[in-house]
Amino acid sequence: MFLTALTFLPLLGALAIALLPSADEKKQRIVALATTIVVALLGVVLFAGFDGSSASLQYIVDSAWFALPGAASIPIQFSLGVDGISVLMAVLTALLMPIVILSTWGHIDKRVKEFMIWMLVMETGMLGVFLATDLMLFYFFWEISLVPLYFIVGIWGGERRLYATVKFFLFTLAGSLVMLVGVIWLIYQSKTSNIAELSDFAAALSGTTQGWMFGAFTLAFAIKVPLLPFHTWLADAHTEAPTSGSVVLAGVLLKMGTYGLLRFGIGMFPEAAVTWAPLFMGLGAIGIVYGAFLAMAQTDIKRLIACSSVSHLGYVVLGMFALTQAGLRGSILQMVNHGLSTGMLFLLIGMIYERRHTRAIDQFGGIAASMPMFAMFFVFAVLSSVGLPGLNGFVGEYMILLGSFQASPFWASLAVLGVIFGAVYLLSATRRVLFGPLIHEANAKLTDMVPREIGMCIPIILVSVWIGVAPNTCLGKLDGSIDQLVDRLDGARVALELSNREQEPKLALQLAPKKGQAR
Amino acid sequence: MNSLWLIPLLPLLGSAVCGWLHFATLRARRTDENAEGTGILAGYVASGAIIGSLLVAVRALFASGLHADSHSVESAAWSWIDLGGGFTIELSMVFDHLSSVMTMVICGVGALIHIYSIGYMKGDRGFAKFFAYLNLFVFAMLMLVLSSNLLGLFVGWEGVGLCSYLLIGFWYEKGWPAEAGQKAFVVNRIGDACFLIGSFLLVDLFATLDFSEMLGALAAVSETPGAMTKLTFATLLLFGGACGKSAQFPLFTWLPDAMAGPTPVSALIHAATMVTAGVYLVVRLNPLFASVPGVLLVIGSIGALTALIGASSALLQRDIKKVLAYSTVSQLGYMFLALGAGAWAAAIFHLVTHAFFKGLLFLGSGSVIHGMHDEQDMHKMGGLRKHMPRTHLTFLAGAAALSGMPLMSGYFSKDEILAHDFASGGYNTVLWLVGIMAAALTAFYTWRMVALTFYGKERFDVEKVHPHESPASMTTPLIVLAVLSVFGGLLGLPAVFGDHIHFLENWLQPITEQGNAILGHGPPAHSLSLAVEWELLALGAGIALFFAHRGFHSYKNGVQRDLDYRQAVPARAEFFEKAWRIDSTYHNKIVVPLKLFSFLLATLFDQFIIDGMVNGSAVLARKIGGRIRSSLDGNVKTYALWIGGGAAILVALWRIV
Repeated sequence: MFLTALTFLPLLGALAIALLPSADEKKQRIVALATTIVVALLGVVLFAGFDGSSASLQYIVDSAWFALPGAASIPIQFSLGVDGISVLMAVLTALLMPIVILSTWGHIDKRVKEFMIWMLVMETGMLGVFLATDLMLFYFFWEISLVPLYFIVGIWGGERRLYATVKFFLFTLAGSLVMLVGVIWLIYQSKTSNIAELSDFAAALSGTTQGWMFGAFTLAFAIKVPLLPFHTWLADAHTEAPTSGSVVLAGVLLKMGTYGLLRFGIGMFPEAAVTWAPLFMGLGAIGIVYGAFLAMAQTDIKRLIACSSVSHLGYVVLGMFALTQAGLRGSILQMVNHGLSTGMLFLLIGMIYERRHTRAIDQFGGIAASMPMFAMFFVFAVLSSVGLPGLNGFVGEYMILLGSFQASPFWASLAVLGVIFGAVYLLSATRRVLFGPLIHEANAKLTDMVPREIGMCIPIILVSVWIGVAPNTCLGKLDGSIDQLVDRLDGARVALELSNREQEPKLALQLAPKKGQAR
Repeated sequence: MNSLWLIPLLPLLGSAVCGWLHFATLRARRTDENAEGTGILAGYVASGAIIGSLLVAVRALFASGLHADSHSVESAAWSWIDLGGGFTIELSMVFDHLSSVMTMVICGVGALIHIYSIGYMKGDRGFAKFFAYLNLFVFAMLMLVLSSNLLGLFVGWEGVGLCSYLLIGFWYEKGWPAEAGQKAFVVNRIGDACFLIGSFLLVDLFATLDFSEMLGALAAVSETPGAMTKLTFATLLLFGGACGKSAQFPLFTWLPDAMAGPTPVSALIHAATMVTAGVYLVVRLNPLFASVPGVLLVIGSIGALTALIGASSALLQRDIKKVLAYSTVSQLGYMFLALGAGAWAAAIFHLVTHAFFKGLLFLGSGSVIHGMHDEQDMHKMGGLRKHMPRTHLTFLAGAAALSGMPLMSGYFSKDEILAHDFASGGYNTVLWLVGIMAAALTAFYTWRMVALTFYGKERFDVEKVHPHESPASMTTPLIVLAVLSVFGGLLGLPAVFGDHIHFLENWLQPITEQGNAILGHGPPAHSLSLAVEWELLALGAGIALFFAHRGFHSYKNGVQRDLDYRQAVPARAEFFEKAWRIDSTYHNKIVVPLKLFSFLLATLFDQFIIDGMVNGSAVLARKIGGRIRSSLDGNVKTYALWIGGGAAILVALWRIV
């Protein structure tokens, strides 16, 4: 029941807002904020109560939903649960949402009611994605979470919002449809929709079949992450989205992609994951450097941060497909870290956009003098993002790099370049925005952050420092599930080796179709 | 339980309090533009914090019994990162023979510089912020030297880098300090990237990053196949990190720019403490480096080359702080020269004396700049000895130590390094010769600086500029440091003065013995006969005296010699002034092409090729879609219907097939 409440409370809030009179914007905002705060508190309870040493699902909810048509009449369950792979994601979502809602005070002033409803619907969708333990239910939530962002960008976005929305929608839809084929095939083959049972079923599939299924699932996730070369929708969507949309997008929605890669790509098809890991490590590592170079060339501060997401999520994918303890653990932690640091950067950029109505870097400069508090928070977010030891980013980055070095010294060493280039683009953006002389008159009289804005950033800062200093409180939640996953992967490696040895002569034939699967 | 954690945590607390004071001041300024607020207390808070650390460290030194048999005291451990698979990074503070020396230098010299800064930064609008950063730096530096673990060291390592960045860019309104800070951070990050990969290799080899565990397992690990190759790469990469932090060729170019920060920062961070972190790292892991003699050779060569580049680049600088900056680069080169010969204690000895005399010289130059109302160009100084007698006298002490005047601290520490290199023989003899050349240049530029600043006629408008002696809060630290610069040599007297008289070498014995054992010999100079040692000492003294004399007399009457030299050999003059054109080469050959590359990548490749492919397929889709457009209205509900419908069709297809 607990997870049902957690997941659907936002929807309930949305319903309540829908019943409020349209003119009463204040009440709508407050209901939205109150709902998300309650969800956040439930998230904290979930975090505290979760036993990390166990690999099994916890807080299980399971009831019959409907049955798929056909001879076998496959039951689709409404089943939720949480394990070490999803717990941090769910908590991150719950904690970020009140901050996101609070940020809308500054930039959402038309059609407030609709906006709040979409935001809350989206929260339900996102929580559902992380908590669903039934594949059909997962897919349902996956699509549900897609629609609100379409409206949020399309209605409340910037000038080129329609272009960005359509692009975003088509990209993700294309991926989703391919995944849907995979979902249906799997369900009908296995006669179950339960993810745990499906995983056992899928792991027993032949190498080639696993490869195709792996491809069908990972394409959707790779687009969502976004992994090179599917990243071009991200910069447009981020740039055009309102601040709150960007924060949710960077903070949670992209994590649905990496979460999917981990839960389904690796968890469900371990043999295929082992086979294709080098490709994904390579794409991750190249993405790190590629994203950094993209970011370096940007003149729009928001676009710059969007490109930095490509780079940072490259770390997550790299560490994940290292398939080592340190890499897997680090990549999960880094998903949280990216949500915090990039989320905070988007919040901060939103604040100066609200004051100056421009995002062009050269329109700023020297605002540390007029907004000292803002400068401090901005530098903090940048430091967390570049992985300064003592803050959250470093722990994840180090674990990922170490873990991937154990799997592939080459890709890890390439990825380490991101440590340098990350400092280049983030610090030079910082310098051009905050430091130097106040060349533009408009910047001299900017008001510094107001208490509401400070209040938005303080929780993020606290959690960032906490993860930086005592990461084990989070990492401890992963123990059981990651141990189990690593065991599975070990088993897959052994199986692969055996089958390779048996099928030595057929190897050439085997490789040919596999190449086509890469994309 | 012991109080070792207090040593770094006190300055961290001080930093937090100062930061709070800063914001309290900002709040007060909202009503009164020029309010000083509570910020003025920051200087005392910060100084109190670092003196507190010093006292705790001194107490630890006496209470721990390091002087007797126990080799280290360790604090309670903090379980930091659990990497899974039973590998956990544990952090604790270790007080041993090496970290005690470093702590004393950091807290001792650091406290003096804090007190000096109270006078120097008086009236600055960021007074409290300055001390918040300064205390934060001390925290990070202490973490660096006290950590029991390489990753803990890295926390401090990056932390000092951050503070260096913040403090170089302290006067960010001017623009170029912020650029210099950024450059320092980025160049350091290049070294840090090497450091990280090095640490991965060490994890691979030792399955731990704990110093004592690594060194304990070294003998067993080096027997395993392939270990030596990995160890070679690991140590080389760690040294790459050291090159960044300690401003060695090819990564030294950030240090001269770092002079954009307030002068006490240059004294504390860019002379006395942070830049010596690389030396500390090598000494801390000396058995690892000793196991791969090839790497030692690289370290020695880089050190010698850097010593020469630095010293020659200091010859013609007009900015007094630039002279000191290049001098620091050069002196750090000497420390690595010592490490290359396996003379670990000698490197630490020079590190300590350098902290005294270079800290002194920087603070002295700060006093000059302060007295001259922010003038740094020595061509516009001259004759200041009359106006600033205390600064002048203490500066002389520092200059004497730097140039290696007989019996000064720098004389003993530098000549010891050169003696070790001489005694090592072979290739090291070449390095020794380079070191001698650099020593000659050092004496020359040091006394050129003294002559240009304090002697000759006043080359500024006496009517307008009235140089004044600095307040006591600034001159007192100068006097203390001057005494240390003069007598610091007592820490490491050469063997000619008696057997086992080298205090530091004996003190560091527990740290260096493993490395020495692997090398198969103790400090190289021990093999020299007393007669040869005397000759080397005499040679060092002779060179220092001769070139100091040349430098002083060429410039005591003004700047004419600079102008003549520039006119006679303009190309060579520019070559030295621009530090062998290394920085501009980096700019032209690396920075600009990378910028161009990123621009082309983002505007052409990504927009047209990658995005073009996607949009191209979208155009194609639209053409196809045009035929069924009538059924689509761009409404998401319709799309949702399509998803559902498509799914249903797929399901149906599946059942039929």
